[in-house]
Amino acid sequence: MPPVVKIEDIHKIYDSGEVPVHAVRGVTLEIERGDFVALMGASGSGKSTLMNLLGCLDRPTRGRYLLDGIDVSQLDRNALADIRNQKLGFVFQGFNLLARTTALENVELPMLYGARKFTTKQIRERAMHCLDIVGLSPRFDHFPSQLSGGQQQRVAIARALVNEPQVLLADEPTGNLDTRTSAEVMGVFQKLNDEGITIVMVTHELDIAHFCKRNLILRDGVMVRDEAVSNRSFAASELEKLSSAEAAAKLTGAKS
Amino acid sequence: MRFGSIIKVALRALMRNTMRSILTALGIIIGVGAVIAMVSIGNGAKAQVEAQVASLGQNVITVFSGSMSSGGMRGGWGSSPSLTIEDAEAIEREVTGIVGVSPEVRDRNQVLANGLNWNTSVNGESPDYPDIRSWKISSGAMFSDQDVRSVAKVCVIGKTVADQLFANSDPVGQTLRIRNIPFKVLGVLDSKGFNLFGQDQDDAVLVPYTSHMKRLSRRSYISSILIQAASADVIDKVQKDITEVLTQRRKGREPDFTVRNQVELAQTATATTQTMTLLLAAIASVSLLVGGIGIMNIMLVSVTERTREIGIRLAIGAHGSDVLMQFLIEATILSSLGGVIGILLGIGSSQLVSHLNGWPVLVSTASVVIAFVFSAAVGMFFGFYPARKAAQLDPIDALRYE
Repeated sequence: MPPVVKIEDIHKIYDSGEVPVHAVRGVTLEIERGDFVALMGASGSGKSTLMNLLGCLDRPTRGRYLLDGIDVSQLDRNALADIRNQKLGFVFQGFNLLARTTALENVELPMLYGARKFTTKQIRERAMHCLDIVGLSPRFDHFPSQLSGGQQQRVAIARALVNEPQVLLADEPTGNLDTRTSAEVMGVFQKLNDEGITIVMVTHELDIAHFCKRNLILRDGVMVRDEAVSNRSFAASELEKLSSAEAAAKLTGAKS
Repeated sequence: MRFGSIIKVALRALMRNTMRSILTALGIIIGVGAVIAMVSIGNGAKAQVEAQVASLGQNVITVFSGSMSSGGMRGGWGSSPSLTIEDAEAIEREVTGIVGVSPEVRDRNQVLANGLNWNTSVNGESPDYPDIRSWKISSGAMFSDQDVRSVAKVCVIGKTVADQLFANSDPVGQTLRIRNIPFKVLGVLDSKGFNLFGQDQDDAVLVPYTSHMKRLSRRSYISSILIQAASADVIDKVQKDITEVLTQRRKGREPDFTVRNQVELAQTATATTQTMTLLLAAIASVSLLVGGIGIMNIMLVSVTERTREIGIRLAIGAHGSDVLMQFLIEATILSSLGGVIGILLGIGSSQLVSHLNGWPVLVSTASVVIAFVFSAAVGMFFGFYPARKAAQLDPIDALRYE
């Protein structure tokens, strides 16, 4: 089976300012189906640019990008929009849900665009199913403002899943969340990955990267390390550790 | 994206800022309301003028005497007496496609009856006159060709004259005196009201033109000839033939007459109201334009406010055209809702004006439809630039926008 993501010597040069910025300088990368990759690097290392390229939000200046066997490096704006709609799912740091729109309607959104036509009933059922996967189906009619950060991020994950993407792309999905909620969200990702979904996420937190299977480190637009995670964290045990730590804190709190 | 979803999204966006939407639509509401009111009042005035023109009779052609040009002296129609009874007879004889001819001689006289007197217009006409003017005789009868030939002392009087001189009795069969000559009243005309120039048409006494010329005014010339064409189709041909006959009779002399048909008269009469209507509607359209600019302004604000939303939509696979449609439809809904309210307001205010001032008002379906389509078009036109701006946003920049 071919890799779902295949990047060959990809470059991105921003030419808008006075000095051209060479953000990504020849990255070659293959991601197999079912992989769970963390993309790490300091700010300015080019990880966001690489993520935008992977997410078909931007086109590379040079190099080839095969997504699910399709060369997407030279597609036009509308073709890229269709690729994003059909083959990719996005989860953002800031959740990016539509305000004053219910959780269910947010999840339905990707099905309203795109080439595939669904009936209203199908759209509703699929959206409900995806909310069920992230454990939020009882709150389908809540507005984002009525949900906690972790819940909003889970709605965003459900939205990313709804068109059955080849790759789930997450840009610092835990950046706005506390430790416990981060672990919960990572638990959702691990569950999805166990079911066979390929996930690529950007993070700068090492402990979050340890939830993944493979860590990539980028520096100055070049891939400097690509290694499998040896001591992988699992959401269930991490949450247990957190609970016992909290219990211990309460215990000591009660003593004093 | 599906049309239903687009409309739902647009409506929700408008509802989110209800006050802002209402204020934005207000520009269009006032503009459309003003246009509808102005056009309705203008149409009402025009309809009234047209009704007055129609009251002159169907397919009527008038020959005026005049157009003097002798020894360097020149003047327009009516400036010199030049039409004769022979001219009228020649027209009746030689021109085909006419159903009635009436030579006219008019002057003002003091009319006496029952010890009362009344200054009125005494018109010498032929028996065809009531038919030409589509004017009914309410009691009695019109004088006959025999009366014309015999220069009879008979008359038919208008409603006003009947009211003034024979207030409490039936005038038919009674006698009135013009220049001390007794005329027998044969009939009374139906009330016709005021004409285009504000004259009371019922304030008149009709006598045979021969009687007028020989007994009253002692003129040898007639002032005009009224001719009724058989139908509107032949009116132009009849007019041309009349001109030809009269020109021939003048044997190469410069034409000293003017032939006008009713259509021309109607055009002249309605030209003023038409110009006024156009002018008022043009002024009102300016406010529609200002309303459109208001929509563009608010849509630009809206696009900026919702940059992130646009970014999300683009990121998850919306095409530029989807975003364009969304904002375009939002602007169009805003302006066409404004249009509908404006139409209602316009109809309401024109009815109010007609009620308060007694002006005739005519709300035409065409003006309502045009106003609606135009207001929707204003929304589309002024919404296009903001919508295109939204559609051309870069998804990465839009998502990063704070």
